[in-house]
Amino acid sequence: MTTIIFTTAIVLFCVAIGMALVRVIKGPSLPDRVVSFDVIGVNLISVVAVLGAILNTAAYLEVILIIAILAFISTIAFSKYIERGVIIDRKRNN
Amino acid sequence: MRENDVILQTVSKVAVFIILTFGMYLFLSGHHNPGGGFIGGLTLSSAVILLYIAFDVESVNKGIPVDFKLVAAAGVLISVLSGTGALLFGADFLSQSFAYFDLPLLGKTELTTVVLFEAGVALAVVGVVVTILINISEDV
Repeated sequence: MTTIIFTTAIVLFCVAIGMALVRVIKGPSLPDRVVSFDVIGVNLISVVAVLGAILNTAAYLEVILIIAILAFISTIAFSKYIERGVIIDRKRNN
Repeated sequence: MRENDVILQTVSKVAVFIILTFGMYLFLSGHHNPGGGFIGGLTLSSAVILLYIAFDVESVNKGIPVDFKLVAAAGVLISVLSGTGALLFGADFLSQSFAYFDLPLLGKTELTTVVLFEAGVALAVVGVVVTILINISEDV
């Protein structure tokens, strides 16, 4: 019974990733693409977590942390690029 | 326009230490579990890159007065020397060995010479990744 629930959850997460992918490709503006990129990252984390629950193992926890760290840093870098036009600046002017 | 980075810098000051801890965990859990020098080094360098993004190059260089090109070179040197050390005992180049010791607080622990090689790999990866990203980001 729980396997059916978990499998349904994974299918629904994959549908969500597909819809976010449509927004990444079509997105009229750059912030739309960045936000949907972050949504894809969160959904990937959820898929890996549910997969670990199905297989009843703790081996996927590092994968969750790695995806979370990379999604965090890439979202910050994209946001700073949209806001300032430069990601790593030489010297702060304040 | 005066920049306001309070949220980003406050979150980064906490998150950097979490990422550094996780990188060290990945580095030490290699050899039996997923992990090792390469991805441990990549995770450690992502923490340094987060510092560079949240602050600026001059502040981070003042806080971490380390030339990352020298870090990469030292890592390669450590890896090669740990491989050459096997030649002194009559084994082949890059041969590794391990043994079990009784350490206080930890109990029976497996100590292996692969850790030295992996430490060199991790240092080389950190140095190369940070050097490449900082040199790419230099505009003008």
